[in-house]
Amino acid sequence: MTTQVSGDALVSLNSVNKHYGQLHVLKDINLQVRKGEVVVVIGPSGSGKSTLCRAINRLETIDDGDIAIDGKKLPEEGKELAHLRADVGMVFQSFNLFAHKTILENVTLGPIKVKGVAKGTAEREAMALLERVGVGHQAPKLPAQLSGGQQQRVAIARALAMKPKVMLFDEPTSALDPEMINEVLDVMIQLAKEGMTMIVVTHEMGFARKAADRVVFMADGQIVEDSTPEEFFTNPQSNRAKDFLSKLLTH
Amino acid sequence: MDAIFESLPQYWDGFLRTLFLAVVSGVIALAAGTLLAAMRVSPVAALRGFSTFYVEVARNTPLTIIFFFSAIVLPRLGVKFEQFEVAAIIALSSYTAAFVAEAVRSGVNSVPVGQAEAARSIGMTFTQVLGLVVLPQAVRTVVPPLINIMIALVKNSSVAGAFFVLELFGYGLQLSNSHGDAVMWILIGVAFFYLLITVPLGLLAHFVEKKVAIAR
Repeated sequence: MTTQVSGDALVSLNSVNKHYGQLHVLKDINLQVRKGEVVVVIGPSGSGKSTLCRAINRLETIDDGDIAIDGKKLPEEGKELAHLRADVGMVFQSFNLFAHKTILENVTLGPIKVKGVAKGTAEREAMALLERVGVGHQAPKLPAQLSGGQQQRVAIARALAMKPKVMLFDEPTSALDPEMINEVLDVMIQLAKEGMTMIVVTHEMGFARKAADRVVFMADGQIVEDSTPEEFFTNPQSNRAKDFLSKLLTH
Repeated sequence: MDAIFESLPQYWDGFLRTLFLAVVSGVIALAAGTLLAAMRVSPVAALRGFSTFYVEVARNTPLTIIFFFSAIVLPRLGVKFEQFEVAAIIALSSYTAAFVAEAVRSGVNSVPVGQAEAARSIGMTFTQVLGLVVLPQAVRTVVPPLINIMIALVKNSSVAGAFFVLELFGYGLQLSNSHGDAVMWILIGVAFFYLLITVPLGLLAHFVEKKVAIAR
């Protein structure tokens, strides 16, 4: 661990552990993410990176340690947890757009029902967001009528509509056809440029190079390296990371 | 055959009483069953436990015994009611609620878990996740089995006839006594009036199933 950020961490994980039965999926994870930082988490499958991402808004519970968002410790189930989640945007591998709602309704549902925003205002803001991610003309359609790339961009707009402090991306392009990956990555790169705090679990090394401030490399439930993309890709310290990168390069 | 036409007024009265029992019990069972299903999937362990216990006990107990409890045991425990219809409604709705709960629960489980996760991640509370995202999508899978449960409810309401409630089957028993020479025709008449409720429900189930198939 080369980078240690202290003080004004927006997302902070301290000595986080989690087990799935016998399997120790998160081993003593310490990670601080500052406001405006883009952290890319990479690593082989089964290394615990998705679990880490999902633990940050408590879609996965943890056994011990603590996680804090903007200085507030993650509460147990209940209203308070819901409040906190409203500040943390999440984008899933499988989009998870609400299948029975139109594209527009997918984006307005949160602001209207969770934040109590007036319908007209929510719809205006939602349209602006949908335009921004390039799917404005799809607003009246149902999710199933859109391509994967379009659905994922709507999912990003849905998360942004809550005006989150931080955005989590759990392998956002892994379920997409190759030609649709870029349209989603472009939106994410734009978002990174605008100063959004992002934690991105991905296999897209191009995105890590282009948009990340830090690369966190995980293997077997541990954070093995935490450095700048430049450092990580050109001069990895651990054998585990060297091995991982060499496999990527030979393919 | 003449016995049926002679008894039409009684049949009609019994038909309406059966319909009343089924509709009132059905509405209560739907509401209670949905609530039980919500408890079954809630994050609170005590609610899950209660719901599981209730559903397993209620749906695995013979209906006649549940009727016996609500018509005879409940009054002894101090729960008094003017008419036995109330006991019949308590028995039918508490029994049927368990089946409704199971149907709704399986409908809830048919909605991909990602839908609920996405709803939770935008800050929805448990009730909002269920009410705005999961249940509206579960309805499609739940309606056909629910109609089957309602058909069973209509037929089960005949047990009330054995517990001093005068409904379709109760009239059937009376008429069989007064028309001892035409019992078969009297009972065919009773069956006909039950079919008058259950067959349209079956057709409705068929229609809804087709609708659902198109909407997917």
